[in-house]
Amino acid sequence: MSNENKDQFRQPDHESDHFLLTTVVGSYPKPKWLNRAKELYQDDDHGFDEDDYQEAKDDAARLITNEHERAGLDVVVDGEMRRNEMVEFFAHRIEGYEFNGPVKVWGHNYFDKPSVVSEVEYDESWLVDEYEFTAEASDRPVKVPITGPYTLANWSFNEAYDDDDELTLELADLVNEEIEKLVDAGARYIQIDEPALATTPDDHAIVGEALEHIVADIPDDVRIGLHVCYGDYSRIYPEILEFPVDEFDLELANGDYDQLDVFKDPEFSKDLALGVCDAHVAEVESVEQIEENIKKGLEVVPPEQLVVSPDCGVKLLPREVAYGKMANMVQAARNVEADLDAGNIDVERGAPTPADD
Amino acid sequence: MHVSKSGPESAETRANYCCVLERMENIKRRYSLAGDTMTEYVSTTPGLYPLPDWAKDDLSDLKGHQKHDLISGDEGEEITTAYEEAREEVIGVQQDAGLDRIVEGQLRWDDMLAHPLAVADAVETRGIVRYYDNNNFYREPVVQDDLEPTGDVADELETAAELAAADDLQAVLPGPYSLADLATDEHYGDEAAFLGAVAEFLEGEVDAFPEHETLFLLEPSLVESAPEDGQDERASEAIDRVASATDADVVVQPYWGALEEKVYAHLLDADIDAVGFDFVANQDDNLYNIQEYGAPDDIALGLADGQNTLVEDPEAIRDRTEWVEGQLGVTDFETVYLTTNTETFYLPYGKYVEKLEVLAEAADLAEVKAA
Repeated sequence: MSNENKDQFRQPDHESDHFLLTTVVGSYPKPKWLNRAKELYQDDDHGFDEDDYQEAKDDAARLITNEHERAGLDVVVDGEMRRNEMVEFFAHRIEGYEFNGPVKVWGHNYFDKPSVVSEVEYDESWLVDEYEFTAEASDRPVKVPITGPYTLANWSFNEAYDDDDELTLELADLVNEEIEKLVDAGARYIQIDEPALATTPDDHAIVGEALEHIVADIPDDVRIGLHVCYGDYSRIYPEILEFPVDEFDLELANGDYDQLDVFKDPEFSKDLALGVCDAHVAEVESVEQIEENIKKGLEVVPPEQLVVSPDCGVKLLPREVAYGKMANMVQAARNVEADLDAGNIDVERGAPTPADD
Repeated sequence: MHVSKSGPESAETRANYCCVLERMENIKRRYSLAGDTMTEYVSTTPGLYPLPDWAKDDLSDLKGHQKHDLISGDEGEEITTAYEEAREEVIGVQQDAGLDRIVEGQLRWDDMLAHPLAVADAVETRGIVRYYDNNNFYREPVVQDDLEPTGDVADELETAAELAAADDLQAVLPGPYSLADLATDEHYGDEAAFLGAVAEFLEGEVDAFPEHETLFLLEPSLVESAPEDGQDERASEAIDRVASATDADVVVQPYWGALEEKVYAHLLDADIDAVGFDFVANQDDNLYNIQEYGAPDDIALGLADGQNTLVEDPEAIRDRTEWVEGQLGVTDFETVYLTTNTETFYLPYGKYVEKLEVLAEAADLAEVKAA
């Protein structure tokens, strides 16, 4: 059995017959000097100007893309070096948004939650420059993470639309426009991030409808993933199998795979990008541990449908820990591929059989 | 007629004719005298304000960003001073806006409505958990021993009382049902016993309060995780217990929707002065409840959206107040509190200030119109 959509990302020198695509969710710790550069740029009394800051961001993007390559990932990103926060970044680029100041998330953690004050409109491109730069900086395929319209709508104040669903669908059309431009620029792998779905799982229908808007007229061979994290997956599965995407990227290591059985029945018909490293524990899992985690994925899908990734963006981890997790993850995937080639792995897939009384 | 229950007036005041005249003026201003009805429109909020932006920065630096950096109840001098300045500022904002009730602001409540437990000795705070259906989180308070009141909220209220007159002062607490719902019990072992213990704990907190005009008990869990049969009656009894600890007017404010019929009917059995209705989230079911089961003489109308930056027109709030009264076919509420439906910490600071101004103006407009 082959999986053309996934196999397009197989490296020419890939050694095993089996291919467990290794990638990341997106964000990566920023080098301290980049944060320092931003402070200098924001300091009016300092001569560090926009061009200087742009150069710093370019350097950081090149550096982190290279760090992903060094870790051996099959598909790389730039660690979102140019992005501040997953809603803010896009809201600054979409007509109709306004910023009124920071709001609390928890404790003294705040974000500039934007307000939609008029009809949202597509203005300048959001990510084409970022993609082109990263693609130029790497020989590996590049994935583009985009915050999904449901999250963009839900994590904003909606002053302009009758309800959030209407806003979600309007934003979905803008995301679609952006993906068309990215595809024109050569992008082959898009990941839609919808963390807000976990907070309101009953809204999976509107997320599905938004995805229909997002993928309209996008060629089938462009890989579309959906990243969801921190939720009660039983409330969205199996409904999400109807979504028009190729891959679901799910956080499962953090909960020690306690929700894995949810995805065994009915059969998981999409590709599974399985979280195999915890993004919120600042200790690097061993290669052996990650191998065991990868095998958990084989309980749900055959190797052809399995993708390997950390649970979530790793930007809150110390950089050396983030790197260590990626490097061990790639090594573990390569080991499991070799074991699969050798026929050494025997994992029973599918619905758990009820225990006999 | 509903007259202020601010407690017995002193002999000195009674003897002071000027003060009596002033009070009469005040009463005339506060009450509309049209027809037989004399509704007082009181602008207020459920508290839990956003920190001023400077205080967000300063306290981030002083306290840190992690779970163990959150308020424990024994913070040091620098942090205390920052909160004092911020408290003074938000009390000034309310006074400048012309709100009829002044809250302390609950700026220290890092864990939102779970705060009173988060600072209690018998409680261990664990992981970060989601605050209802919001993109907000608090530390899970786990009760591990007999709950004893801490006086933490009373201390806050004391400092607020230095800045606001007692007959303006409004205390704010989580209702017992919501506080129990937000917490985890590892000590009492039984849901009814735990709810009773939380009610007793809150009763003890209220006992320590300085003189106040109004007490808002916030009860979103009555909507968000509605009590089942038997639980609803116990929730009402628990609320009654906390309400009975004060002579002030007690407003019980559920939000994020309307109460289920039975829950509402049981709530009316509690000895409280007003029930709040979140008309932002749900109009029909709230109206139905009032039409079907009646309401106390006082009512709180959550008409300004505490979770949206769109600032309502004062006239629109006034019109919605009239609309609700019209729908009910009654205009003889003694007191109508005009408030945001929810806490306001969800808002950027500037928008929160604007919301308060709108509420104060709407109450003034409602009085003029009614007169």
